[in-house]
Amino acid sequence: MVTTTEYLILAAALFTIGVIGVLTRRNIIIIFMSIELILNAVNINLVAFSNYWQQFTGQIYALFVITVAAAEAAVGLGIIIALFRNKETVNADEIDLLKW
Amino acid sequence: MPKNYIPILMFMALGCLFPLVTLALLRLIRPSDPHKAKLSPYECGVDPVYQPRERYTVRYYIVAILFVVFDVETVFLFPWAIRYDVLGLFGLMEMLVFLGILVVGFIWLWKQGALEWV
Amino acid sequence: MFNQFFQVSDIVAIYPQLLLALFGLGVLIVDLFLDRPWKVLNAFTALLGIGYATYALFQIRRFNVSAYNGAIVNDSFAVYFQFVFLIATALVIFISARYLSIEGEHRGDYYALILFSLIGMNFMVMGMDIITLYIALELMAVSEYILVGYLRTNRQSNEASLKFFLLGAFSSGILLYGISLLYGISGSTDLRVIGQKLAERPANDPVTLVALVTLAAGLLFKVAGVPFHQWLPDAYEGAPSPITAFISVAPKAAAFALTLRFLFIALKPLQVNWVPMLSVICVLTMTVGNITAISQSNIKRLLAYSSIAHAGYLMLGMIAGNDYGITGIAIYFLVYMFMNIGAWTLVVAMRRKDLIGDQIQDMSGMFQKNPAAAVLMLIFMLSLAGIPPTAGFIGKYYLFASVIQTKHYVLAVIAVLNAAISLYYYFRVVVVMFMNDKVDEEKMVLSPGVLTTLAVTLAFTLIIGIYPDPFIRFAQNSLSLFQ
Repeated sequence: MVTTTEYLILAAALFTIGVIGVLTRRNIIIIFMSIELILNAVNINLVAFSNYWQQFTGQIYALFVITVAAAEAAVGLGIIIALFRNKETVNADEIDLLKW
Repeated sequence: MPKNYIPILMFMALGCLFPLVTLALLRLIRPSDPHKAKLSPYECGVDPVYQPRERYTVRYYIVAILFVVFDVETVFLFPWAIRYDVLGLFGLMEMLVFLGILVVGFIWLWKQGALEWV
Repeated sequence: MFNQFFQVSDIVAIYPQLLLALFGLGVLIVDLFLDRPWKVLNAFTALLGIGYATYALFQIRRFNVSAYNGAIVNDSFAVYFQFVFLIATALVIFISARYLSIEGEHRGDYYALILFSLIGMNFMVMGMDIITLYIALELMAVSEYILVGYLRTNRQSNEASLKFFLLGAFSSGILLYGISLLYGISGSTDLRVIGQKLAERPANDPVTLVALVTLAAGLLFKVAGVPFHQWLPDAYEGAPSPITAFISVAPKAAAFALTLRFLFIALKPLQVNWVPMLSVICVLTMTVGNITAISQSNIKRLLAYSSIAHAGYLMLGMIAGNDYGITGIAIYFLVYMFMNIGAWTLVVAMRRKDLIGDQIQDMSGMFQKNPAAAVLMLIFMLSLAGIPPTAGFIGKYYLFASVIQTKHYVLAVIAVLNAAISLYYYFRVVVVMFMNDKVDEEKMVLSPGVLTTLAVTLAFTLIIGIYPDPFIRFAQNSLSLFQ
């Protein structure tokens, strides 16, 4: 039997990996994937709490997070494609027209 | 009750048997004429000279984006479908509104030419 | 069967938003049948939608409806901020049409996205449920990511959009982690229940503190408090100027309103924890914003850093947390909307065919070429600096007075010093306009839309400054936050 605490530790670990990924990686796609990792950590949290409180709210919330993440992914990839058409790179370091 | 699983077991067995039997049967009745050219990637063209690992054209990403969006929206249909009898007319109307908004978006991107493979 | 899930009050509470959504979708569809010269009709459709929504909101302004089992509360706090958003959006639509034509990107989805973003903001101030609030926040943010990158062939716009998107999505993730912990602590998604449950927990409980810190980090990203402000100058500089005018006012106000709801309803029991934290960030935000603004040569970046500094002043009201502070935040956003959109409108008007017009040097000799525009800019700069008798003074007066009331004297002194620093760079712009010789002969082209926005913003900047009483009474509606 997996306890709620263990789920929370897993989620916290995923969250930390995601945050570190965003802060250290330079490839936009990988930064993007790290953000998705954060959102999935949240989903694990929500479902674990939903189970703990014996109610469905958390699971419904997780569904909303999944759809919003999909919308964000679509917009993000769209922006990356638009940028790529003007400048052929996916490295955050080379995106330097504006002062970072 | 284990007894309830018997149909499932039978179904699984049938499912495994069907392709095996068909393949075996076909092997017996089809003509066999092995030839070296038939094993090459392009039977009637030049041999490949590049590595297959190349960048994909950006068009695949557009299709992928559209797929992700419309695929994930169906997530909302599942809870509604499960509780359909409880939600009744209200749920149906709610879902029609939701799908209506999606359809407007779909019409828009269709007219914009996002579905065309330019 | 019908009444079990749904009441008439539900529709009443969100009626203005329903209208906006219908018009937003309508703009998308109508746009498909419009030829290029007729695209300006989209702006009229959008304005019509905003007009109807404002009228609907005006009718329900006193109802104080609580709908969807308390997930949405249309109290006078929410109504006040919705009026601010509606006016700001209308003003921005007025200045958009000509700018988009010059850039050659005049399409209907621009107006649809602005309306969707407006719906998101309206729900952000009405929401009392963390699910509703999150969806509303994302609706607003995702629309903005696209709007900032709206000039598809312009690399600056693409880059701004990408940076805004990456940091925005990152901050939403952090915020969401905090929200999930709040849900875990309380087992409820209602902000009021969360507040009650948090009050029952022991002081300095580690899980609560983690939730507080992640929530605060996420919210501070959204309001661009130092050290979470780096995305803002880039996003503001690269975005199309009308959109910068928009995101510097309305979404910022929405983010502040959201923060107020979180801090004063859900996180109220932790006030002893978040007041010191916020005080440090407030001082940093004001000082870094103002000092960095001094060295900017680009008017868009200068206004961007100035808007960071203004976020710092607004935090004073949160720290004070009394009636004066909340009224101050509310009136400040009303004032800030007019003066900031006014200043940005002049930046938009400087956009000429061959000149982007966003360097401060491009404004040289504006007094000789367009004396009226130069005087207008002077008034908006005075107001941003907070000099009486302009509206900016009233806003600053309320915020500074609120921290004095709560005996945060050090904060008040730092804030006044910062206001003095800000005078320097606002006047640098004025000096360039009035003292330098003109660089070219080309005059500003003022389209009817730009003129309307300028007239409205100027009128209110002066009226609120000279006769503030009715506006202060209007802003005091926001005190329903405490009920």
